[in-house]
This record gives sequence, structure tokens and C-alpha cells, in this order.
Amino acid sequence: MSVLVIAESNSKEVDRGTLSTITAAQKISDNISLLVLEDVEEVLQNCKNIKGVTKVISAKGELEGGLAENLAPVIIEAIKDATHILSSAGTFGKNIMPRVAALKDSQQISDVCEIIDQDTFVRPIYAGNALATIKSLDKVKFLTVRATAFQAAETHGGSADIIEGPIAKTNRLSTFVKRDLSESDRPELTAAKIVVSGGRGIGSADNFALLDTLADKLGAAVGASRAAVDAGYVPNDYQVGQTGKVVAPELYIAVGISGAIQHLAGMKDSKVIVAINKDEDAPIFQIADFGLVGDLFQVIPELSEKL
Amino acid sequence: MKVLVPVKRVIDYNVKIRVNSEKSAVETNNVKMSMNPFDEIAVEEAVRLKEAGLVDEIIIVSIGNKGVQETIRTAFAMGGDRGIHIFNENNTEPLVVAKILKDIVINEKTDLVIMGKQAIDDDANQTGQMLAALLDWPQGTFASKIELNNKELNIIREIDGGLETLNIKLPCIITTDLRLNEPRYASLPNIMKAKKKEIIEILIADTGIDFKNRLEVLKVEEPPVRVGGRKVENVDELINVLKNEVGVI
Repeated sequence: MSVLVIAESNSKEVDRGTLSTITAAQKISDNISLLVLEDVEEVLQNCKNIKGVTKVISAKGELEGGLAENLAPVIIEAIKDATHILSSAGTFGKNIMPRVAALKDSQQISDVCEIIDQDTFVRPIYAGNALATIKSLDKVKFLTVRATAFQAAETHGGSADIIEGPIAKTNRLSTFVKRDLSESDRPELTAAKIVVSGGRGIGSADNFALLDTLADKLGAAVGASRAAVDAGYVPNDYQVGQTGKVVAPELYIAVGISGAIQHLAGMKDSKVIVAINKDEDAPIFQIADFGLVGDLFQVIPELSEKL
Repeated sequence: MKVLVPVKRVIDYNVKIRVNSEKSAVETNNVKMSMNPFDEIAVEEAVRLKEAGLVDEIIIVSIGNKGVQETIRTAFAMGGDRGIHIFNENNTEPLVVAKILKDIVINEKTDLVIMGKQAIDDDANQTGQMLAALLDWPQGTFASKIELNNKELNIIREIDGGLETLNIKLPCIITTDLRLNEPRYASLPNIMKAKKKEIIEILIADTGIDFKNRLEVLKVEEPPVRVGGRKVENVDELINVLKNEVGVI
């Protein structure tokens, strides 16, 4: 057995999802290669130190924009004798992995949340309302991994070799134009230890500033329900839920969120859930560890002040 | 230009799903079924392109049992022109779906496929990317905006952390995200017209594609239920429990 993990990096280090994927990979084999798709020395040096990684493969060439059309051949070339190809199930992995799996005629398994053995995996279906245990009959297996289900691998203590990898070539079919990332000093939503999320009850884009203040006090990330995103209060990448991000922080504070199934699917694995809502019958209270019935416009400023 | 829109029949998104007593699957008998919501967005986008004069014909394809013809007709009522039903009584895995769609794309000579980014039953999020791979076409996944100009397309994609803009050449695959559009409700006259549109039925065994499943479902279970805790009276009590009882702040 050997595993090839596809790294997602930001010109500095790999993301939290990649670290979780490395932990998942260790449940399959001790022989773990990490394919880095950015030709940046700092990223490579950081990857080398990740505990559990035995080899860092450094891809070169036309890597800009992370285009699936350019990267799929690189990943295929890097597979060599790997039996399992893993990536985190973020939008990067979701975009690229099926393209590679199809070219290798393998039926990918998405969003793996538990590894039973080298052939058998558990994954959520129906937005996490059921869990399926699945055995793969393919020789080479392609998995995307749900980051919140595995601990992050330690970023120190490893001493992997860095080897030259495949060279990406440009295709004439797709061109990267630009990326507009939400700028924030706060932690990334899926990696944060504390998340403060707002729903339709927040009432306006301006009122979201209340949550920003609270989040800054707690060193938390800010999230939102689909209702708040659809109402235009915050950008789409804030969305926690079935069709947004899946988070599992130590503490999740849901403010003015009623608790639609679609939202719960994205946060129900949080360690401690606090709900603040003026409607005492809101479904969110049925799953919250601690509920506070009250007007968020009084509760949130008070909470921010007393912390 | 012809556009192909694959649609999947799934349990309606409002239904609370139940695992069957054998723990082998989610119960679909006597459960309300609907078109996968992301596929509705795909149909809507195709219809808008046709209304804008950029597309001549919209072909709807669905794979599954007899029931999927109803889903194809729903797409007709929104503006689809004709349908292909690939009959398979059993579940069809994404890779097989992609292989079937590839043959349809080649036979029908379509230059554009618009499809949902994922189905809300198996949540795989694979078929569009797989189809793009098999055709060696570019892919524009998780689209929240597309602009079609001549033989190329500008697409804004929803990615972790924000948005990304790509320019891709036709022929290509687009997969839809939630904010691409808001699907229309079909009007009664269009629902009536939809009944007369043509659906060709093909047995999956007659496609010549190996449709044997690669994944064996060993069991399906409901996840552990999260039980609510208690109410706190005020902010002071909340801070106290978070600090001293559970120690998360």
C-alpha cells in the first residue's frame, strides 16, 4: 500500500484540510507521498516537516490558477504505484479529483469521514442525514476526505525528502482570470476553533458587525446560514451548511439562526453548540448544548463586553 | 447550438429521509421525489440561454427507473425540448453516468453540457468533472455566473474563500452552484405542452457500457442523534458555563 496525497496550498503552507487528509492517509499506509502543486520553496520546506509524510513531490510548470485541465495529467504522472489517491474535500479537491479518477477509470469515493480498512470507508449521504459504509472494488482508489473528521497532522517533526515531480503543461482550453478572496484577519472558517454564525435574524448586512465584534473578542471565524447569504447580508463563502461549508469547531455560536436541516448538516459535529434566538421554539435549541432565549441585539453586545 | 442537461430524480429536499429496516439504503418507497435542485438550476440556465438566442435546442437526459420520465417532463415544462431516458432499475454510479453522457454528447453533437454540481442524495459531486475528463473538455464547476460569447465562456465559480473567474472555450461542461439563478415555476400551458414532447427510452444494457457498480454498499445507518442540552437564563450564566463547565473559552 502507498498513498499519494494531493496538497492544497496558499504560497506559504498547506491548508488545514490537507493536514487532516495526511492523518487519514496514515490509516491506510505509512508510505505517504505529498504532491505539491505550487513551485514555491517555502511551501516545500513546510511540507517536508509535516509529520507522517515520507516524500514530498514538487510539481513544476504551468500550475497557476490550479486549473483542473492542467493539473490532472500531473497528478496521473505522480501516481506511479500509489494504491490510494487522497485529497481534502474542499472545492479544490472536489474540482480536480473526479477528473483524475475518471481518467484512471476508478469510481471515486467523496467526503470520506472514516477509514475502516484499505478498501472500506464511511461517508455521509443525504447531507449527513445517513452514513454509508462502502467497499471499493477498484484497484486504485480515489478518495476525498472530510477535513473535520480527522485531526490535523502535526506540522513539525517530519523529515521527508523532496523530489522533482512532473511538469504541468498549459492547455489551450481554459484560462485562469482571477480569484477574489474575502479578506479577513480572522481564522479560516473550516479551521477555526470557535465559529460565530448569523442567520436571517441578524436582519441586515450592517448588523453583521455585531458578530464581527464578538468574533474578534473570541478569536473566532464568522459564518452564516444560507438564509443570511441569500438575503445578501454576507458573501457566499460564509455559508455553513449542506450546500456550504462543513465545520466542526470546539465552540459554535448560532445567532438568530432557526436551525433548518440544511444548516445543521454543516455544523452538528461541533463540540459545543450555543444557540441565541428570540424564538424559544426555534429547532436550533433541540440540538444546542446551551440555549439562550433573548433579543440578539441586546445579548450580543453584552456578551462582547463581558468577555 | 445544442445543449445537454442531465437531470436526476431524487428524494424531495423537504423530506426527512429514513434508513430502511435492512439498513441497506435510504427508503424511497412512498416518498415524494423531485428533480435534484442543482439540476433545476441547470435546466433554468439552459432555458435562459435559449431565450437569449444563444442555444437552439435543449436535450434533457435522465437515468433511472420509469419514474424519471416524470422528472424529464418537469424539465420540459421549464423549457426543455426533447428527452432521453436511460432505463436502469438500480443505482447508477457517477463514472457510469459520465460514460453514458459521453456517448450521448458525441451522438448528439452537443457543444455544451450544463448539469448540477451534485445530487442531494449521494452528494458525490463527480459526474460533471468525470464527463469533462472523458471528453477531454474544459470544466467550469460550481458556477455562480456564466457569460456565453461566441465560442467561449466566462465563468465565475464559488470556491472556498471566495470567487474565481475562468475563461473556457467551448465545447465545455458547466456545473451549477446555488446562486447561478432561481429556477422558474412552470406555467400550466407549458406543463400541458410538456406532455407531448418526445422521450426516447434506451435500456442501460443496450448502451454497450459496462454498468456494473464498483462500490459495494455494506450498510447505511442514521448518524448518532445530537441531543440538546439546556437553556441558560442570561449572558452571565452563558459565560460561566462556557468558561468553567465546558472550558471552551
